[in-house]
Amino acid sequence: MADIATHDTDHATDHGHHSSTGLSNNKLAMWLFLGSECLLFGGLISTYMLYRGRVQNGPHPAQIYDIPFTSVSSFVLLMSSLTMVLAVSSAHRKDDSKTNLWLTITALLGATFVGGQVYEFTTFYREGLGFTTSLFGSSFYSLTGFHGVHVSIGVIMLLSLMGIIKKNKITGDKAEVVELIGLYWHFVDVVWIVIFTLVYLIPS
Amino acid sequence: MTTVTETHEDAQEHGMSDAGYIKIAIILALITALEVSTYYVDFGPLFMPSLLIMMVVKFVMVVSYFMHLKFDSKIFSFLFYTGLGLALFVYFAALATFKFFIA
Amino acid sequence: MSTNELTLTPGNALDVAKGKLVVAPTQSLGAVRRPVNTTGWREWLFTVDHKKLGIMYGTVAFVFFIIGGVEALFIRLQLALPDGRILSADKYNQMFTMHATTMIFLFAMPMAAAFANYFLPLQIGARDVAFPRLNALSFWLFLTGGLILNASWFLGGAADGGWFMYAPNSGPVFSPSNGVDFWILGLQIAGIASLIGSINLIVTVLNMRAPGMTLMKMPVFTWMILVVQFLLVFSLPVITVALVLLMFQRSYGATFFDVSQGADPLLWQHLFWIFGHPEVYVLILPAFGIISEVLPTFSRKPLFGYPFVVFSGASIGLVGFGVWAHHMFASGLGPVSVAVFSMATMAIAIPTGVKIFNWILTMWGGKIWYSAAMKFAIGLVILFTIGGLSGVTHAVAPSDTQQTDTYYIVAHFHYVLFGGMVFGLFSGFYYWWPKVFGKMLNEKLGSWNFWFMVIGMNLTFGPMHILGLQGQPRRMYVWTEARGGEGLFNFGFWNMVSSIGSFVLAVGVLFFIINVIKTTRNPERAPLDPWDARTLEWITTSPPKVHNFDRIPVVHHLDEFFHRKYVEDEVTHTMKQVATGEELVRAEEAAADADIHMPGPSYWPLLLSIGMGVLGMGVIYGTPIMVVGGLIVLFSSYGWVLEPSVPDAIDFDTPSTDGHTKEIAPLG
Repeated sequence: MADIATHDTDHATDHGHHSSTGLSNNKLAMWLFLGSECLLFGGLISTYMLYRGRVQNGPHPAQIYDIPFTSVSSFVLLMSSLTMVLAVSSAHRKDDSKTNLWLTITALLGATFVGGQVYEFTTFYREGLGFTTSLFGSSFYSLTGFHGVHVSIGVIMLLSLMGIIKKNKITGDKAEVVELIGLYWHFVDVVWIVIFTLVYLIPS
Repeated sequence: MTTVTETHEDAQEHGMSDAGYIKIAIILALITALEVSTYYVDFGPLFMPSLLIMMVVKFVMVVSYFMHLKFDSKIFSFLFYTGLGLALFVYFAALATFKFFIA
Repeated sequence: MSTNELTLTPGNALDVAKGKLVVAPTQSLGAVRRPVNTTGWREWLFTVDHKKLGIMYGTVAFVFFIIGGVEALFIRLQLALPDGRILSADKYNQMFTMHATTMIFLFAMPMAAAFANYFLPLQIGARDVAFPRLNALSFWLFLTGGLILNASWFLGGAADGGWFMYAPNSGPVFSPSNGVDFWILGLQIAGIASLIGSINLIVTVLNMRAPGMTLMKMPVFTWMILVVQFLLVFSLPVITVALVLLMFQRSYGATFFDVSQGADPLLWQHLFWIFGHPEVYVLILPAFGIISEVLPTFSRKPLFGYPFVVFSGASIGLVGFGVWAHHMFASGLGPVSVAVFSMATMAIAIPTGVKIFNWILTMWGGKIWYSAAMKFAIGLVILFTIGGLSGVTHAVAPSDTQQTDTYYIVAHFHYVLFGGMVFGLFSGFYYWWPKVFGKMLNEKLGSWNFWFMVIGMNLTFGPMHILGLQGQPRRMYVWTEARGGEGLFNFGFWNMVSSIGSFVLAVGVLFFIINVIKTTRNPERAPLDPWDARTLEWITTSPPKVHNFDRIPVVHHLDEFFHRKYVEDEVTHTMKQVATGEELVRAEEAAADADIHMPGPSYWPLLLSIGMGVLGMGVIYGTPIMVVGGLIVLFSSYGWVLEPSVPDAIDFDTPSTDGHTKEIAPLG
């Protein structure tokens, strides 16, 4: 739903008025949404933690995880956070071309991460871990799949944003829209920081 | 959380220069390298705690600097950390009833 | 570009305040035209007006209240006599599952949302909510969810696993029809609706208060709604996870709650109740808020201990996140967990008790006006206290393990939910009806309505305490003569009493419906301030104009409207009336703002909700339908994003001339 929430620049009747807190409605809504998302990912992570050892007849996590590969894709996502923050910073300076450049790089890095995940999933599948193979498989794919969907939505939002900026059809404060998508993007990165440690680096 | 600075009305409202962001990113990259090294080098009893600490440090750094929470209104921090805190509380408690932390 | 156009700038308020022009809409917008000034049915379908949406929420929720009520009557008919034959075992399972689901998710929550939508902006002196289009989206998604849930009746049978849908009853073995799938998808979509609504209302309260309205000058109803929205925003994602896992289990072959595959079915129980317990407060706190408005008004006294009522409401909310496992005492959690959750549960009785005392002391020494609204409010205080006391017996784990899954539990939660929540909502109907529709509900019929409901409810749910302690299991679809028992503890007798009571209750509700019809036909207009009320929603016309307030009120007091009518006499220290409500409203009209800009209607909330519904159906009926739904969602999301936040400037009346600003109200 994030793509809807972030773009909603309705200020009701408040055009030109101060808000009670002096803060932007959109940013308040985004932070609330992210606070709420903590409980969503928390639930999926807890489910995985509970079930990671229940491999039934399928492969064990340690047998299939490719730590070097995942480390590289984690690094890619981490660096996309840097490029995103640089895009936000350029947008605040009203530097359109730089903003576009950094957004493009961010989207590319994000797409690379998603591509890596698709590769990882197919490899795991070939090694015998299907979605229904075991509780470990189901909870692993649910958690990382949910995260992957979040990254994909982020990439779509970035691409749409670039298109909208280029056509100059943005509804609302451009820098703020970039910032809102940035917040979402960083949050997705932060979730991956947790997943990388809890799921991949700490064996069951 | 550290102190929340007043929001300024100039361009520095968002806290950091691009060079600052790059510095943060380098630190994050170094921590990640250290995390990955636990896979190759035996950290002994420090393995688990060090990984968890590094995770938390990375998390807080991204949230504080890249997401500006350190420089922004503390209302944003309240909204986000309330969600995070509740998530930690309820899920720790739920996992504890499964004797997750005893095994 | 002159400063006149500043008010049309949909940019950051701070940028505007600093005099930095962002973009004017006519220059940058126009990818998708926005509908303007629609009339007739379009006025309702595409509206983003919080008042219209509030009425729509209320109407739909009331229809679901009737549906849920009829389901309850079927249940009581089945149990009235031994060997009941009204329903089959299977239909009975569907009936109680859908009764609970409908009442909680399709009546109680949306009815509270109706009140919140309508009155929260009015009470804080705002012209609308922070995100009017998202508000419309919430409503349409809720309706979509409700329709999906109830469509299951006609498409192979409704959900039949009980409203908390424990494993293994939720699995395909015990629930082979698509009922549970409809249930999952309906709740998921209704959940998204509530999540969006809660974010919207929190931002509205934080950011759109009238100048001078600090948090501690907000009406208690607004406060309770704020607490409820925080509960929703942090508890709904948990049920979302649970529902997603169950969907993966039922539709895609995962085994998250299947013991035979090594899973822990208790995982579902934890996830469900981590959401489910805050949900209990989501249901009751709006009613608490309503009667905290009604009791002072009809006692002619300010609310006793306003900060205590506010903070006890907030602490109920917070502690509400730490007591969920008391629903699971019988599941073998282990002594430590049981002790911890038992203590936490007892602790939550304290702030609740504080509220009860505050309400009693509000009435103490007041000049009480026994209007219908007041009767329902007093009814709540008494009936909720009874339910609260039986609730404390559940906090004691050894006693709870005896009561679990008996009618004693059913008795308890109907006292708190029907005696508490429903009475609060009816109190709100009578109190605010003249505000919303400009006509007074008939007080005499209101009295009949109240007495039938209070007698009916005690006849229905009172005997369930006895039935439960006698060991009648909850969800038992039939009982035999042999189990009847004798004397005071005669199963048969109390079941019959309870069934008769349910029809008395139904007659009570019928009186309300008759009252509504009669009132609608009655041409007589209500006075502007019929109750001598205290809060800001009364400082405007009834019903309020589209823009709510002719001039945004500046707030100096808690109970601002009261303090504009009454001033304390310096000598005698009594309150002297200096103005009538009517005069105040006329004064506001005379000083109306010249330029008021309201957001235009929009097609996208409706279209997006339809897309979500189709997407959900795709989970049951196959991927092609899912793809169609996904495309509608994608298309309407883009339409949404590219839609100007206001219609073209030419569609407005004259633009602002003074760039008027609101004071920044400090938090706290």
